[in-house]
Amino acid sequence: MAILEAKGVTKRFGGLLAVDAVDFQIDERMIAGLIGPNGAGKTTFFNIVTGVHRPDSGSISFCDRTIKNLKPHRITELGIGRTFQNIRLFASMTALENVLVGQHCRLRSGVVGAIVRDMSTQNEERYAWRRAEELLEFVGLQEKQDFLAKNLPYGDQRRLEIARALATRPKLLLLDEPTAGMNPQETRELTEFIRRLKTELGLSILLIEHDMKLVMGVCDRVTVLDYGVKIAEGTPTEMQRNPRVIEAYLGRTASSQPGVGHGAS
Amino acid sequence: MSSVHKGAFDSVRDWSHRLAPPWISQVLGRHKRLTLATLFLLALLLPLRADSYQVHILGYIGLFAMMGVGLNVVVGFAGLLDLGYVAFFAIGAYTYALLASPQFGLHIPFWFVIPVAVAIAALAGVLLGIPVLRMRGDYLAIVTLGFGEIIRLVLNNLDPVTRGPQGLSSIDRPSIPLISFTLDTPIHFYYLILIACVLSMFIAGRLENSRVGRAWVAMREDEDAAAAMGVDLIKYKLLAFAIGASFAGFGGVIFAARQGSIFPADFTLMVSINVLALVIIGGMGSIPGVVVGAIILVGLPEVLRDIQQFRMLVFGALLVAMMIFRPEGFISAARQRSEVQRIRELGSVKTTS
Repeated sequence: MAILEAKGVTKRFGGLLAVDAVDFQIDERMIAGLIGPNGAGKTTFFNIVTGVHRPDSGSISFCDRTIKNLKPHRITELGIGRTFQNIRLFASMTALENVLVGQHCRLRSGVVGAIVRDMSTQNEERYAWRRAEELLEFVGLQEKQDFLAKNLPYGDQRRLEIARALATRPKLLLLDEPTAGMNPQETRELTEFIRRLKTELGLSILLIEHDMKLVMGVCDRVTVLDYGVKIAEGTPTEMQRNPRVIEAYLGRTASSQPGVGHGAS
Repeated sequence: MSSVHKGAFDSVRDWSHRLAPPWISQVLGRHKRLTLATLFLLALLLPLRADSYQVHILGYIGLFAMMGVGLNVVVGFAGLLDLGYVAFFAIGAYTYALLASPQFGLHIPFWFVIPVAVAIAALAGVLLGIPVLRMRGDYLAIVTLGFGEIIRLVLNNLDPVTRGPQGLSSIDRPSIPLISFTLDTPIHFYYLILIACVLSMFIAGRLENSRVGRAWVAMREDEDAAAAMGVDLIKYKLLAFAIGASFAGFGGVIFAARQGSIFPADFTLMVSINVLALVIIGGMGSIPGVVVGAIILVGLPEVLRDIQQFRMLVFGALLVAMMIFRPEGFISAARQRSEVQRIRELGSVKTTS
């Protein structure tokens, strides 16, 4: 059953057709990869799904609910969590506080509760702290919960961003280049971690990735974008052999995209 | 940041840290209750050793501290640079002045006006907030600055209601009903302001360490990421404006009652700038910092009264020096404090609970 379904999604920025009539579908408990050369419209597609951009045409539904015109915070509430391509943590908050903010849409206490600090608020806070600690433990940051996010090493920041996204209790998790800037060892660990998200938490995951080893390792299906157009879709091995995909990456001009390896844009 | 002021400044900066060192925040953190109780006791006893003029100044410090706490919610927590903050102070003051003076022959009791004025100021905060929702930084500052001036100009020109530049006078003194006690000396008002200050700080402190406060700080750090975490940006921005404004409205009511007469000239841009300056000097986002800032910014000019014509000069120099040597303010916000110390704090919390 499809958890996210996009039909004919199109987005223009002035004269640039960033995403052109893309159909896309992801099923429950599936890891889908979104690949393509730099500027292919992958992140734009993410931003449309998460409500940062509104599509010019087309429809998107999540769990059979249209989410096309919803604001980002509403979409998060419905169950789509995300990370960002260039890590965007709350830099001068601690790791724990970052995860607490992630739980924002699952907590209820408001201004009055905050001031009076009644029983339900206290219980909620205690629960939120415990859950934040659990999530930090899940990503292996339990020792670093009181570090300011900006002082964490790069790999930890990536992990914290995932913990923060998990705190929103997503059904679908969007990861935008999770391995950008990681070394092979960290990438291997992350591959394993993404598999755990699917098996242990039962999440559906959509990831944008340039690291083909990761894509081959975890994705059930891969969608390839080029100049905003979906040019191919299928299993990772199919995509590896698909002539259009190879052309998109290597064939246009001699100088573009020499390797498919690490292309952090 | 760090690469900007390297070199000659560094040694001076180290020295400045020793002068207004992290131990202030450390002591505040470690013995929080004790420190607060001592400071409160000091504030209670202070006026007994001061003459009436000094008490009046202490009251001013309190009013500014209150406004600082409110502006700190908007600027320090939510990161919305508001330069028209005086408008809400004016709204609070004029609300009381109009409802409790011979102007319209109304004499509504002080205690009833407080919630009304606070609500009106909060509403004004929301009304200011709506058009500036999409603005950040400099643009937001300019629009809010304009808003502050608009309110002052309206008060100055709406003669039939506000009597324009002549202001409103013979404003009622607050009285405590059952014991029919009327507040009319600087000492009475000092204690009233002290209570209001403590209340404001309590509320702001509670908000800071809550889901609401976290959402504000997240918004300040990164709006888009905050939205992706489910923070409703519109709601939390308006909430910050409304809550910040309500503190100023509250302060305005007390100000009007204390002065007995108020004029549009009391609510100039300088007030907004002073409040912002005390928030920055004290330490953005830090509530104890606001108190220190208020003492320095309101108290220092009085101490410097002997060198009247150089006052602003000294001030300017102080501000510039602060920005260079202690950009995080005298008492930096809890989050910016040494992490090691925070870990220690949390450790001790955990072992006791």
